[in-house]
Formats: sequence, structure tokens, C-alpha cells
Amino acid sequence: MLEGLRAYRMIAGMWVRSGMTYRVSFVVTLFGNLVMTGLDFVGILLMFSQVDELAGWSLPEVAFLYAASVTSFGLAHLASGSMQQLGSRIRDGSFDVLLVRPVPVLAQVGGDRFSLRRLGRLAQGGAVLGWALVAADIDWTVSKVLLVPLMVVSGAAIFVAVFVAGAAFQIYAQDAAEVQNAFTYGGTTMLQYPPAVFGKDLVRGVTFVLPLAFVNWVPAAHVLGRPYPLALPGWVAFASPLVAAGCCALAGLAWRTGLRSYRSVGS
Amino acid sequence: MSGRMGTTEGSEGAFIEVDGVEKVFDVRRRKGLLRRERHQVRAVDSISFTVARGEMVGYIGPNGAGKSTTIKMLTGILTPSGGRLRVAGIDPSRERTRLAHRIGVVFGQRTTLWWDLPLIDSYKLMHRMYRIPDARYRENLARLVELLDLGDLLEVPVRQLSLGQRMRGDIAAALLHDPEVLYLDEPTIGLDVVSKTRVREFLRQVNAERATTVLLTTHDLQDIEQVCSRVMVIDHGRLVYDGALAGLHEVGEGERTLVVDLEREFPPVEVPAPARVVRVDGPRQWVAFPASEPAAGLVTRIAERYPLVDLSVREPDIEAVIAQMYAERAGRAPTQSS
Repeated sequence: MLEGLRAYRMIAGMWVRSGMTYRVSFVVTLFGNLVMTGLDFVGILLMFSQVDELAGWSLPEVAFLYAASVTSFGLAHLASGSMQQLGSRIRDGSFDVLLVRPVPVLAQVGGDRFSLRRLGRLAQGGAVLGWALVAADIDWTVSKVLLVPLMVVSGAAIFVAVFVAGAAFQIYAQDAAEVQNAFTYGGTTMLQYPPAVFGKDLVRGVTFVLPLAFVNWVPAAHVLGRPYPLALPGWVAFASPLVAAGCCALAGLAWRTGLRSYRSVGS
Repeated sequence: MSGRMGTTEGSEGAFIEVDGVEKVFDVRRRKGLLRRERHQVRAVDSISFTVARGEMVGYIGPNGAGKSTTIKMLTGILTPSGGRLRVAGIDPSRERTRLAHRIGVVFGQRTTLWWDLPLIDSYKLMHRMYRIPDARYRENLARLVELLDLGDLLEVPVRQLSLGQRMRGDIAAALLHDPEVLYLDEPTIGLDVVSKTRVREFLRQVNAERATTVLLTTHDLQDIEQVCSRVMVIDHGRLVYDGALAGLHEVGEGERTLVVDLEREFPPVEVPAPARVVRVDGPRQWVAFPASEPAAGLVTRIAERYPLVDLSVREPDIEAVIAQMYAERAGRAPTQSS
């Protein structure tokens, strides 16, 4: 584990330096990233210019959901390197190079193509989160104050698990990147809206099957004093770290299995 | 972490042990719109060999013969489907990371170097990643820079290097941590003649200085002729030859050619089978005979009956021998079907 973090830092550092060799491009894409991800929120603002509430949620409350989802996703995206495009690394054969180095492969893939441009999404999410926490009508308690950072970090870990599992799946099916995108980008977009907007079956699915609900829906309901989706018991708001740990363990297992079945390319 | 770790090595001197190793791939082929047919491909079919410490071995075969698959199993990238494999006493696929400290790998068509950064940055990463002791790193780097003539290239971003320069850079990167064995997969592919010569010279030098075991795959038989004392030929996943380069002629049932110049034009000279005249051009005739037989008898026989002016014996070129070997195998046993 420590060895993995050390390798991750080294590889990510190399990519940061690589990225810095194209300074103008870096600045432009960082800014572009900020604007592009911000457009999602502009969409929500536009919607609220027509309605006062969405399924009973006010603008600051939806903004809180939105920001929690974007921030968690942004952290995971920043930390998961080229896991999304692992299939292309495998197809062009460069994955083999990672396998003959004396450090964990997952750490290398996580640090691979590490890009500070991805801070754009994170910064935007963080800014909206700050505004929402001030603007929303929240009855603050100590446990709620603690729950907010816990929610963001656990949410990020859940997304990382999805990225890792997706990367493992791409070892089997190298063109499966789009399947993964449905869960990651699809997931983060879905979590930006109150659960009541969606059908019951979908909410059940993202609670019990792929537990994305624990990224923000469940803990946010507690912070905002809203009823839980699916009438879950009160303590589940604090279950996000456990859920995240479980997801990461399963993803790690999937990764090991995937790696063992790796077939490489023909030459 | 420096120096040799106390591993138990199998039999005396055998650094690489490959015993009945095979690799079977499941291949699904589309048949019709939805139907898929599954069948198995034996990329490597029960191969056995050992390599002693310090040997330089060439591994050759046509495309798809199983060369790369073998290298990938030896480095732990692929898990064998059967058989036993040990490198320095380590099972590569089970302890890939531990083995990585003791091996160097150069993939001719991929690089381990950082594209956008100066060459030296990639070496600094190796330094930290392999935990190479500082003094050892400086010493190795200096020596590799000298031998591979990298001095002017260290500060150049890798993307600006020529293919030959990049290859030299990659080879240096693979040797910084003092690996006991160096695998090179097509190390001279795409290089010009000068670069090829340089790489070959360097490999001989490293082997002489550090007794590094070298295993290289190639399509270029000159790589083998100039670097390797031993050659292994693989075809359809099977080892069809393993021995000295010189011996390949006999196994390949190659033929040597006796070129005779007679006083004047003659019809094809009479020679005992299997020798035969393959070409006549004025007074000069070419007689092919098995490489394993001495030329003396044939020469005497021709000299007795014809006015012989001059003669020379041509060795078969290795390329022709191997081509013939593949052709014969293909004729004898059609593709390994499953």
C-alpha cells in the first residue's frame, strides 16, 4: 500500500512535469475545464429561473447535491489517471511496459496521465459547495459539520472504486470504456438531482446494487434534514465510509482478477 | 535492497529454466451475425530450454511463432497455461514485482521513456523507482552514457530523439538497476545500419563486462550472427532448433554450393546424387551439395573428369537456411490445428 502510494506520487509527478511543458495548452484547457463543467450548473440555474423548487428541493439544496457530486467525482477523476482509457493503453501495447516495473500496476495506472487540468472540475464543484453550504437553510450540528467532508471523501472513494472496476473490466473487453462512462459520468449527472425526480427502481438500483446513493443522496438528506430516499434507517447517513470501503475492496478484487487474466497483444 | 537477494536457484548455472511451458489463448471468432465460434490457439506449445548465467541467446521465428509470448511469460506479463518457468529461481507471473528488480526489458516498439521530458528525467525516475543506491546509479549512468554515446542527449526531450537515439536511451534505462538478465524484443527494428551496429557492439560489451544474460528476439539474422553464441528457432509455438549458430546449417538441411570454373563450356557436370548442378553459365557451373558433407570428394570427382581451372565453396546464408526450415516444417506438418 505504501509502496503503491510512493509509486503513484512518482508517476503522477512525472506527468505533471510533462503537462507543464505545454504551458499555454495547460492554461487554456484548465480554464476550458472550469467553464465546461460549470455549464452543468448554469443549466440548473436556468431551470430554477422558471421554477421555485424541484421535487420540493430549493435551489441551494439542489446546488448542495450538485456540488457534492461534482466535487467527489472531481477528486476521483483527478486520482484515477488513465483508468478510463485503459483499453487504449492495452490495445497499443504500452500496458506491458507498466507490468515489468517493480511497483504496483494499479498505482501506475492511477498516476498515468495525471493531469492538473482536472482541477478545473474540482475547483468549480468546491466553489458551488461553499455557496450552497452558506445559502441553504441548514440546522447545523457537530455531526453534520463532520459529515460534509466525510461525504465528499467517501463519495470520491466510491467513484474511484467504479473507475477501478471499469479498468478491470477493460482488461477483458478493451472497448468497454463507454460502458464505464455510463456509470461514472452518467452517475455523477444523476446524483446532481434529488432522488425523488427518478423512478423508484432506479433509486433502489443505485442504493443497493451500485451504491452511488451513498456519494451524496443519503448523507445530504441527513445534512439538509430531508427524508431519506427509500425510507432507510437514520444511521445510514454515516454509512458512506463503510460503503466506500466495501466498494474499494470489491474493485481491488476485480482488478486482481482482471490482471491475472491479462492477455496482452500479439507482438 | 542492493545486490543479490538470497534466492535459491534451481540447477547449477541454469538462470532461466523453461520446462514444458505452454500458452493457450481462447479465441472467439465471429461467425455470421451473432454466432461466435470459440477455439483455442496454442501460441507456445510445450517449450523447454535452459539458459545459463551470462549466455547470449537469439530467439528467432516468423511472425506469430510465439517469440513475444515466450518473452512475456519470462517477464511475468503473461501467465503460462502449463509447464514450469523459473527466472533466477523466481516464478515470474506469481512474483512479477520482485522479479522486476532483477530483469531489464526493452520492447523495440514501445518506450519506457517519458515522451515530453528530457531523457535524464526518465533515468532519475528509474533511480527512485528501483531504489538504486546513489553511488551505484551515478556509476552505472556514467558508464552507460559513455558506451551508448548519450552525453549530448540527456537534456533533450525524448520526443525529439531519433529512433536510434531513443532505442539507445531505452536500453540504458533497462540497465541502470544492474539487471542480471536483459530481454530485448526486436531491439534493432527500424534502425539504420550504423545504429544497429552500435547496439550490437554495446550488447557484446555489457555481456563481457557484467556477465549479463541476454535474450533477444529479432527478425534480423545479423543481430544473431554478431551478438549471440546460441540461437533458438521457434515455429508454430514449438522449438525447432536450439544450439550454436553454425549448427543451424546441418539441422536446416542446408546446402553448400561448389562453384567450378572449367576450361570451356560443358553440359552440366555429372555428380553423384544428392549433389546436383543448379546453374550453368558459360564455363562456370554451380553444384549444390548437402552442407553436412565434405566438399573434397566432389572436387576430386569433378577434377578427374573435367578440366578444372578454379573453384570456390559458398556457405549457405543463414536466412536461406531458416526459410527452408520453415518451408519444410510447413510442408511436413500443416498448421497446428486445435
